[in-house]
Amino acid sequence: MTARDEILARIGRAVAGAPDVEIPRGYRTTQQAGDLVELFAERVGDYRAIVHVIPEADVPGRIDELAGSRRMIVPDGFDRAGGWADLGTADGVITGCAVAIAETGTIVLDHGPGQGTRAQTLVPDRHLCVVRAGQIVAGVPEAVARLDPSRPLTWISGPSATSDIELNRVEGVHGPRTLEVIIST
Amino acid sequence: MRVALFITCVNDTLFPGTGKAVVSLLRRLGCDVDFPAAQTCCGQMHVNTGYRQEGVRLARHFTEVFAGYDAVVSPSGSCAAMVREQYPKLAGPGSRGAAAIAAVAPKVYELSEFLVDVLKTDDVGAYFPHRVTYHPTCHSLRGLRLGDRPARLLRNVRGLELVPLSGEEECCGFGGTFAVKNPAVSAAMGADKTRNILDTGAEVICAADNSCLMHIGGTLSRQRTGVRTMHLAEILASTEEAQ
Amino acid sequence: MSATFLGMPGNFPENASEAVQNSQLRYNLRKATSTIRGKRAGVVAELPDWQDLRAAGKAIKDHTLRNLDRYLVMMEEAVTRAGGTVHWARDAAEANRIVTGLVQATGEREVVKVKSMATQEIGLNEALAEHGIEAYETDLAELIVQLGDDFPSHILVPAIHRNRSEIREIFLDKMPKVPENLTDDPSALAEAARLHLRERFLRSKVAISGANFMVAETGTLVVLESEGNGRMCLTLPETLISVVGIEKLLPAWRDLEVFLQLLPRSSTGERMNPYTSMWTGAVEGQAFHLVLLDNGRTDVLADEVGRQALRCIRCSACLNVCPVYERAGGHAYGSVYPGPIGAILTPQLRGMSSELDASLPFASSLCGACYDVCPVAIDIPEVLVDLRSKAPHPAAERAGMKVAGWILNDHVRLAQAQRLAGRLRGLVPKRLPGPASAWTDTRDLPEIPAESFRDWWERGGRDDRA
Repeated sequence: MTARDEILARIGRAVAGAPDVEIPRGYRTTQQAGDLVELFAERVGDYRAIVHVIPEADVPGRIDELAGSRRMIVPDGFDRAGGWADLGTADGVITGCAVAIAETGTIVLDHGPGQGTRAQTLVPDRHLCVVRAGQIVAGVPEAVARLDPSRPLTWISGPSATSDIELNRVEGVHGPRTLEVIIST
Repeated sequence: MRVALFITCVNDTLFPGTGKAVVSLLRRLGCDVDFPAAQTCCGQMHVNTGYRQEGVRLARHFTEVFAGYDAVVSPSGSCAAMVREQYPKLAGPGSRGAAAIAAVAPKVYELSEFLVDVLKTDDVGAYFPHRVTYHPTCHSLRGLRLGDRPARLLRNVRGLELVPLSGEEECCGFGGTFAVKNPAVSAAMGADKTRNILDTGAEVICAADNSCLMHIGGTLSRQRTGVRTMHLAEILASTEEAQ
Repeated sequence: MSATFLGMPGNFPENASEAVQNSQLRYNLRKATSTIRGKRAGVVAELPDWQDLRAAGKAIKDHTLRNLDRYLVMMEEAVTRAGGTVHWARDAAEANRIVTGLVQATGEREVVKVKSMATQEIGLNEALAEHGIEAYETDLAELIVQLGDDFPSHILVPAIHRNRSEIREIFLDKMPKVPENLTDDPSALAEAARLHLRERFLRSKVAISGANFMVAETGTLVVLESEGNGRMCLTLPETLISVVGIEKLLPAWRDLEVFLQLLPRSSTGERMNPYTSMWTGAVEGQAFHLVLLDNGRTDVLADEVGRQALRCIRCSACLNVCPVYERAGGHAYGSVYPGPIGAILTPQLRGMSSELDASLPFASSLCGACYDVCPVAIDIPEVLVDLRSKAPHPAAERAGMKVAGWILNDHVRLAQAQRLAGRLRGLVPKRLPGPASAWTDTRDLPEIPAESFRDWWERGGRDDRA
């Protein structure tokens, strides 16, 4: 008997006669949309990320300003000319995102056009992410519903951090130590 | 109103004063108190130490003794929780035992529940001019969900100063046979609980369970702290005339 | 190399009696657990629908367990379709054999690891070492444990028993090229770990992980973490091997909407953990292997009361709130699963044939704080009590309980025993001999009254005459 068959048979024996259960979904799946931009900005800020809320027209200028002379990776599909290519020596990366969650201050990348590969958003020490106001949803259920499970997904809530020393959160371990979020309105 | 007193084996044997206080308090509030003499023990010690068979026997005895009463009042949150929360898990679904339990268990009340929910009073006319702190005890807090009932009763006691106990929600370390099976951890928990009690500057530590108070009081006494333990019933039974 | 718990001697009360006297440990644990308790309470209170999420989480897990065979096959199909390879392991030895073989096939002698309870449970690092393969833990707390040749003591933060100055000492002692002027500032310590591991991340070809969740419907694996070491391991190496307990399954993609709220808030006390990675099959050219691990889980599943332990999502909220854990520390439990969940999981996974494992169901005062905070509503006290009825009992205790049961089963016998106690009350010593000394070592006995309540009642209490 293969391990697969044996495990499946054991499970069949173990649960024989056990009743099935209904799943109550009384939790919030859609929320009263308050000011999502404000809530998202506040919650991202709680993680000690840097937040800019600016009109869409000012975004390119602000990116230039923030990038300065840094060697920033600009992934395929991101609307900006030029950019550093080498992962090992880049200072940072500029991306968009797939969706953002106000309640938890989370950005989700599906690594589609303009969002870079998983490595590109991880290895450089600085991540500058542009979130369009329309991409912000209220809570986790709305975000899960919008995402495509067949794509690799990276959920980001603030800069890299650890709570491993005395359960106190400190920012900056292996991922980008600076997370800067531009919310374009 | 005719109520049965479920005294519990610990109170019956070691803390009869608590039982007397319940009787005097309930009579003062106009209840006709009965003490079914055949009662013994709810079986919690046996069940929770892994002696299920003996525990089931005691549970069966309990349901026989207290069948037919409108209300059963107990000065122990832990034993009341045993009957209400754990008894239903002891009998097979659909069995005769399950039916007997379903008939009795909902009528079992911890004292403060009975006063507030059934007699609808949170002022029992007591007088107790002392500084008191209250330990909610685990089975009262998380089993029966007594909430603020005991505190409301205490706040309405004339002369009583109720002082908050920090870390009140944390177990005192008694835990039945846990106290002797894991004596080091039990004592460590008791030490932290007594430190919090001493920090309040209270004269009296009050609770709705004498088993927890036996552990807390034994620790306070060993440390010669001069803080005494009192069951909630004993404070609520105190009146100006009696002082 | 961190130490392994397997075959650890002793029992919980003895282990704990040493731990409670360790002032440094008591201080570290009190500080850490009270910090996290406060944070958890804050973020849980923020959600008006927490109890609804908890009820859904419980039901989703129960439904999954009820249909586990069907969902595992669905998972296997989805992963295979997405270019991954699925392996099945009946026990630790089989899982270790599979993983070792997969690593050997790559020709590599080093692997990087994402913190994983499943691989700790099966002793994977030790098994790899036997075949000349070095496994490097990359989670900060795991690194601290591994460098310190220590045991993990907490599910989420294995080095919770260490404070910042102890961690600094370990780094100075064991970490190559560590700055000499390293301070005990947590951010300096985190920076040291970053520098120590960066090179290794960039050159490692094989990574081993566990997973927090697997989604049967889509074949997706989910890893929640904070530091980015998980992303490094999951993303950069050419080969990724994930060892996952069969109970980590969720039926549908949608179910993540529940667990991505329950887990971070219960675990680190954050609205969301810094990083969550989700991947389905082989991604961006990586080779992906999923090892589905039983190792006793199907035995747990067969137990009607105990099977609820399989709902566990390893958040560790029960540890953080447990007064016994806070004083005894994680090592006393002698298992990678310490605390309340460990006290019900370890005896079910390993059985109760060793003295240590048989003592675990008793390592609780049944205070119920664990059940209250559990995001999937595992009634830990209920399972503890059930395990106690299956555990072996000492002969003297058995005899004593029998006598007590006999007396308590009849009110006449009880009254006689009370009268006897009343008569002998003057003779009770302040310090009791034998097992009863466990009470009087630290506590005075209550005074035995001359008259029981029932005798007072009979004497006239009944008619208000006494």
